[in-house]
Amino acid sequence: MRILRFTVNGDLVEIGANDSETLLEALRDRLGLTGTKRGCDLGACGACTVLLDGRPILSCLLPVWRVQGRVVTTIEGLAEGPKLHLLQEAFHMAGAVQCGFCTPGMILSAKAYLDTNLNPAQGDIREALAGNLCRCTGYVKVVEAVKLAATWMRDTTEREAAR
Amino acid sequence: MIGKSQPRIDGVSKVRGTAMYTDDIRLPGMLVGKLLRSPHAHARVLHVDTSAAEALPGVKAVITGRDLPIAYGMLPVSQDEHALAVDVVRHVGEPVAAVAAMDERIASRALDLINVDYELLPAILDPSEALVRNDVKIQDRAVEANVERRVRLVFGDVEDGFRRAVHVRKDRFTKKGAGHASLEPHAAIASFTQDGLTLWTATQVPHYVHRTLARVLQMPMERIRVIKPTLGGGFGGKGEPMPLELVASALAVRCGRPVKITYDREEVFFTNRGRHAYTMELETGVTAEGLITAVRFSCLLDGGAYGSFGVVTLYYSGQLLTLPYHVPALEFQGARVFTNKPACGAQRGHGGVAPRFAFEVQLDRIASDLGLDPVEIRLRNQVRSGDVTINELKVTSCGFGECVEAAAEAVGWSRRRGRLPRGRGVGLAGGAYVSGAALPIYFNDMPHSNVVITADRDGGVTVLSGAADIGQGSDTMLALVAAEVLSLPMEAVRVVAADTGITPVDLGSYSSRVTFMAGNACRQAAEELRDKLFAGAAEKLGLAVEDLELRAGVIQKISAAEPAMSFGEAVAAAEGAGVPLTGVGGYRPPDLAGRYKGGGVGPSPAYSFGAHAAEVEVDELTGEVRVIRLAAAHDLGRALNPVAAEGQVEGAAVMGFGETLLEIHEVDGHGRLKASDFLEYKFPTSLDAPEVESLLVESNDPQGPFGAKEVGEGSLHPAIPAIINAVYDAAGVWIHDLPLQPHTVRAAISRGGS
Repeated sequence: MRILRFTVNGDLVEIGANDSETLLEALRDRLGLTGTKRGCDLGACGACTVLLDGRPILSCLLPVWRVQGRVVTTIEGLAEGPKLHLLQEAFHMAGAVQCGFCTPGMILSAKAYLDTNLNPAQGDIREALAGNLCRCTGYVKVVEAVKLAATWMRDTTEREAAR
Repeated sequence: MIGKSQPRIDGVSKVRGTAMYTDDIRLPGMLVGKLLRSPHAHARVLHVDTSAAEALPGVKAVITGRDLPIAYGMLPVSQDEHALAVDVVRHVGEPVAAVAAMDERIASRALDLINVDYELLPAILDPSEALVRNDVKIQDRAVEANVERRVRLVFGDVEDGFRRAVHVRKDRFTKKGAGHASLEPHAAIASFTQDGLTLWTATQVPHYVHRTLARVLQMPMERIRVIKPTLGGGFGGKGEPMPLELVASALAVRCGRPVKITYDREEVFFTNRGRHAYTMELETGVTAEGLITAVRFSCLLDGGAYGSFGVVTLYYSGQLLTLPYHVPALEFQGARVFTNKPACGAQRGHGGVAPRFAFEVQLDRIASDLGLDPVEIRLRNQVRSGDVTINELKVTSCGFGECVEAAAEAVGWSRRRGRLPRGRGVGLAGGAYVSGAALPIYFNDMPHSNVVITADRDGGVTVLSGAADIGQGSDTMLALVAAEVLSLPMEAVRVVAADTGITPVDLGSYSSRVTFMAGNACRQAAEELRDKLFAGAAEKLGLAVEDLELRAGVIQKISAAEPAMSFGEAVAAAEGAGVPLTGVGGYRPPDLAGRYKGGGVGPSPAYSFGAHAAEVEVDELTGEVRVIRLAAAHDLGRALNPVAAEGQVEGAAVMGFGETLLEIHEVDGHGRLKASDFLEYKFPTSLDAPEVESLLVESNDPQGPFGAKEVGEGSLHPAIPAIINAVYDAAGVWIHDLPLQPHTVRAAISRGGS
């Protein structure tokens, strides 16, 4: 057991954790952040994706002690109060959510990608989401949602630049 | 509102990560349960020593098969399972004992301390061996050798049909097993208090879980409450009672504390209930014009160790062959055998998928033999609205022809079929499916779906339904139907569903029944509520009911400019003496069963139809097939919520694509799973999946809610043969064995044909 301090969704947290404990376990069982999903425990499905210092990682594979002093963003940290992140809005409006189990990881992978490229081609989006398995949608509306969000985010960026 | 795309009512909670799935629930004092599983494919359990596990600090209870001795099963004829093996284990991974402990690590350590003495028995892993081997009996109830059931159905004059045929083809096809691979693993939490047992569980069928818990735990149903939280995908894999539900409940009773069990991914694969492996022989006769004269079909289903839904799977395999083409005579013979493997059961498109693959590929071969266009042969044989098939399936609405034309058009069929450069091709196939089964799984006279709607003076309504939203969006469908009838915005409709302690019974999410059945029940309930509202408002306003209309949350005199009364005020008026305002509805299918043994499987109040066109690229050097796109046309009667319907079609088409090229659920020579995780079990990623264009065809079923029929399952069937038929167009080879393997394609190409 060791004491760890790190930032989750803007809050500094301090937890005691076992040496073999994964970030996924700590998030779900110690911090109550159950939006991060446990689908395979093998880093194969992507449902446990969170952002570590802004980059997508598989929290089921990462020992929690590795996040000491770092910044973790989970799906719960994306919206600003009642206001959804544009990606969340786009997933909702485009019908990209069915069972929703892959959705948190999918949205976070998409966010990490769009943070680097707001003009993605269809193939780029599919590549960016290749580590996030979905069994419901066939990915069609997921790709559409990311495209839609990219458009909205571009508009926002342009509006902000114009101001 | 009907016919306009609506976002899901649970969508915001899902994108925020706040939707509560079963494993997200934590109760005070909750223990963790875990199952010990058999390493052997077939063995007698001689002795289970739990003493060391019980002595481990933090372990609260250990149970074995002796603690849950009552058998259960999905069908009345298949009560052959135990939550924990009693005397015999019949497949690798079968649960043998279970522990409840303070946490997962202690529970895992405790499992290591349980000692099981096994006496190994010979295992049967080959279904053809299961057919004949009498010295090994996997289930005592097998009728002969290890055959669970043999079926023979004959309709029409088959001999005469083949005599009339000018061309007859006989082909053999195989398909390996596949799994559902829902992203959410099974999970269940049981809590036992003075109020009885409450089970939160990831199930498609709360009602059947409820019944099974009562049976196995010997507890009255009214002392048990089953709740389905948000569910992360089912596809049939959560469509029957599962060991963890019974074990968590037994442990909670034993410990007096809540117990949670969540399967890991390997356990999900051990649980299986996925698509059966099939071996099929199909013989079809046609006239010179390509009209079908007779069909003879036989199949062998590898059932695995238990019955599950298997007898239904077997009947569906033959019964659904009479749609979407006119088949004047059919002989169907099939057998389902027991083998020492995880049991197969129902998976999206249940029963019809493998036979449809065989039929559609053979139909293309027949067209090719006769020099007919595959589209043309389908249109010539199509069933139509009003037809009754030779096995007594009644077609109430049919847009099959339109589906074929729409799919063909989408890939430029007439310009491109047979005319694309070598290595590229287009193919097409059809299909049909039930909108729920006309008969329930166990005989009873309950309605299949019940809905209660209560109205409140706040201006909103609450829909109570037992239907299980498994991700397909049934809660949103119910809200939409109620909102449409009551002219309310979606936000004014709350849905409380799938809680046997609160909601009226619904049989669950299987056989693509929910929109049709729960949708009809909801519509009826909403209409009753509306009638009561009108009566109350008319009295209060001194107007006749006929003069009133309900529009955008207000009741007003027809075409009057001024609103007369808000919805909430009308509720208050209609409450009269102070009794709450409710509407109730129920749906029971008409009596449609065929008048023959087996005539209960196949009949449905309405059938969906579909046709997919695939465009593929075949690398002739490697044999690899790339599916560029699928145009998926589906006659769903009416699209209540187009964006949701498209999502169903797209998801089903891609699942069909996965079964065509990637997915295999099978065991090695020791009965161990060849693929027990998501690295080995390959299903489509975003990079594999083709582009899918969903084409919704609306035939407006006379009995469907606002004309709607099923959409989620039937839209899988045509994808598989459409791809295989496209491979022929691209490379000139016919593939009869699924999944398609590059080396077989390459070998066929080098042989210069099939």
